[in-house]
Amino acid sequence: MPGLLLSFGIFLFVSMAVGTLLTHSSDLDLAMIWSDSYYRHITKFSFYQAFLSTLLSVVLAIPISHALSRRTFWGKNFLLKLLATTLVLPVLVAVFGILAIYGNSGLLANVFAYFEINLPFSIFGLNGILLAHVFFNLPFACRLFLQGLNSIPEKQHQLASHLGLKHWNKFRLVEWPYIAGQIPHAAGLIFMLCFTSFATVMALGGGPKSTTIELAIYQAIKFDFDLQAGALLALWQICLCAILAIFIQKISRSALLSTNFQGTTNTFPHDTFLSKCWDMFWIVFIALLVVPPLAMVLISGINPKIWGVIADLGFWLALKNSIMIAVFAGLIAVVFAFFILLASRQWRLVGLNNRADKIEMLATIILVTPGLVISTGLFLLLREFSSFSSLSLYIVIAVNALMALPFTLKSLAVPMLQNAQKYELLCRSLGIFSLYRIYWVEWKSLKRPILQAMSLSFVLSIGDLSAIALFGSHSFSTLPLYLFQLLGSYQLDSAAVVSLVLLILSVGTFIVIESLFKEATPQTKRAKHD
Amino acid sequence: MATPTLAASAQEKLTVYTYSSFASEWGPGPKIEASFEKFCNCDLEFIALDDGVTILNRLRLEGKSSEADILLGLDDSLMATAKKSNLLAKHNIDLGRVNVEDGWKDDTFVPFDYGYFAFIYNSEKLKNPPKSMKELVEERDDLKIIYQDPRTSTPGLGFMLWLKTIYGEKAPEAWEKLAAKTVTVTKGWSESYSMFLKGEADMVLSYTTSPAYHIIAEGKQQYVAASFSEGHYRQVEVAAIVKNTKHKKLATTFMSFMLSDAFQSEIATGNWMYPVTNVLLPTEFEQLTLPVKMLTCDSEQVDKYRKAWTREWLTSLTE
Repeated sequence: MPGLLLSFGIFLFVSMAVGTLLTHSSDLDLAMIWSDSYYRHITKFSFYQAFLSTLLSVVLAIPISHALSRRTFWGKNFLLKLLATTLVLPVLVAVFGILAIYGNSGLLANVFAYFEINLPFSIFGLNGILLAHVFFNLPFACRLFLQGLNSIPEKQHQLASHLGLKHWNKFRLVEWPYIAGQIPHAAGLIFMLCFTSFATVMALGGGPKSTTIELAIYQAIKFDFDLQAGALLALWQICLCAILAIFIQKISRSALLSTNFQGTTNTFPHDTFLSKCWDMFWIVFIALLVVPPLAMVLISGINPKIWGVIADLGFWLALKNSIMIAVFAGLIAVVFAFFILLASRQWRLVGLNNRADKIEMLATIILVTPGLVISTGLFLLLREFSSFSSLSLYIVIAVNALMALPFTLKSLAVPMLQNAQKYELLCRSLGIFSLYRIYWVEWKSLKRPILQAMSLSFVLSIGDLSAIALFGSHSFSTLPLYLFQLLGSYQLDSAAVVSLVLLILSVGTFIVIESLFKEATPQTKRAKHD
Repeated sequence: MATPTLAASAQEKLTVYTYSSFASEWGPGPKIEASFEKFCNCDLEFIALDDGVTILNRLRLEGKSSEADILLGLDDSLMATAKKSNLLAKHNIDLGRVNVEDGWKDDTFVPFDYGYFAFIYNSEKLKNPPKSMKELVEERDDLKIIYQDPRTSTPGLGFMLWLKTIYGEKAPEAWEKLAAKTVTVTKGWSESYSMFLKGEADMVLSYTTSPAYHIIAEGKQQYVAASFSEGHYRQVEVAAIVKNTKHKKLATTFMSFMLSDAFQSEIATGNWMYPVTNVLLPTEFEQLTLPVKMLTCDSEQVDKYRKAWTREWLTSLTE
């Protein structure tokens, strides 16, 4: 079975990286990290910032999603679409947008300067990290909670109004349970994302005080040339992530949404002025958080430096590399997911669910071994070879594919299983096997989820900085790395141009693919009627 | 015109790793590149990295597969560490023209300029600058400073050594006090200096020669180096040939060229440092503050303790 072979390949790839980390840190042990006051500090800081980011995202998402669920207003659909884009937005593009608003020479600082007041806060350090993390994750939490709220059956709303339940009571008795069901899952995922966040902390962390383990791995290697410490920290990060992942799996097992009622209307006759204001406040709040940074990327991206960027060969090389990495990583992630699921669904059909779970888990191993950790291991392994620089591109593609795999796996799992349940017997009786089956049965019916999965991994890879961070050099760069260097050398106008290009590439791809399918759906329906 | 065969053969290319301000359009890099290329009929490429320590780390990470032929922009304090990497070659060039205090004898590194670290301030904004390191660290709570990361930048490393020579065992307390006045610690010099010019701090760690840039290039007199009574730390910037270079001969030619007038006369008004040979200095340099005392630190000593001292700095900043 190719699926087995591929997952064995993944296992080998990851073990190679982890094995190198182990040999590089041989005479040190993890206990040393806890006895070292600096490493202890960054470990605590990693947890602290992830905890605060999660808390802020989850708590603020409650009133916001609640307000969004019961109000209709002009531009609501647009706002909801915008909330969906923050998760696929390249980190550095968002960072650029945030800096353009809240930075020391940003929009807010200029407004303050007009009144001759200094900006009362600095965007660098914990403030900036939290702001960026909330920018990414609050919309995500809002959407999850909103999904929960939208699944409340209409009858419950009607019943509530018959019983005369007013705001607080209705929220407590009817709506809260639907939000609460989503919280463990949302909080777990957000915590993990923030705990392993790299590019945000690298761009907005203000020196040693606000450094996370992920960043410290990078610094140990790049700043201190301390390969041993880098390897040790990477192992430490794996241990912590594994513990976190197990814990999160435990608490969020019951997160599955049972039913998905669409288009229920939230009827509440007891509306008051006060509750209108309350909802309005939260809707304005989320709009103000999400819209200005994105608008700044669009507005400031068009400036005279466009010509300078276009004339720079480095920009085109970075663009070429980025597209190449994203396309191949996307392809590999989808092909791997496809074959692994082919194997696992066969087991599921005969009731070997446990075995199927295991092979799927193996493919999502990257969730416990962050991209930076894997690329650190491979970097240490390969740097001795003289052909090192020619291998960089392939490594970065592989690591990006690995990072996208959990997402492609997740989006293909259900449609592929359903496909098997529908067509397995038919295929057997008609004798359709192997490639014929893949083309005539799977590809024909799975085109849509496959292309969606591919565009998602394309978008994730094109914005990634963690796989390239160690491998990048003057002769091998990607758009995010190029953007990071521009930001680091204060060439803000050029950075604005590159941010805009990245925004168009990532969000543009996403929108195009989504809209292609919107048109495709009715057509397929019509085809069926013929 | 060259002979047809010569013209047809591909030009030899010399790759030099350096720090960003050296290679930038306003730095000495472009002019030096032009004059060396005219002289050698070759292609000289500067690869700009964040700052001096990054240059060394990059070479150590790339090891034997590095593309670099020359490293330009390490400093005297890093010499012992750099030699230990076993990735650098001996230069075999005549150092007779070099004129730095204490003389120069090293067989691997050739100096190309030197300077004294100092905090620069805008005298129109800051009327009473600190007169000593102790005053800056212990007494002044009204000042905001920017300096560079000793793990990536040679000025940052120099500042760490400067503070260490003054405070010795008490350095951790000094770092802690300084942390409260620090706007940010940047990876390289360029970043911090542009932040300072944008008004994000009262003082920035740079060189006593930096005001010369404002006087000569901009005609501005207000930028001044604060003179500290404890003395100022001296930095000699150096270059070395990478052992695995495929262009050893050309690299050696470049090293000799570094001590020629064509290169050295670009230093004062390009890199805004003191040249290491006796080329004529612009008269404006006479206005610059000269340190009351020159402080240095042996590079063997630095190699031995750099990690511990950096850790001391890191730890103090997180407390």
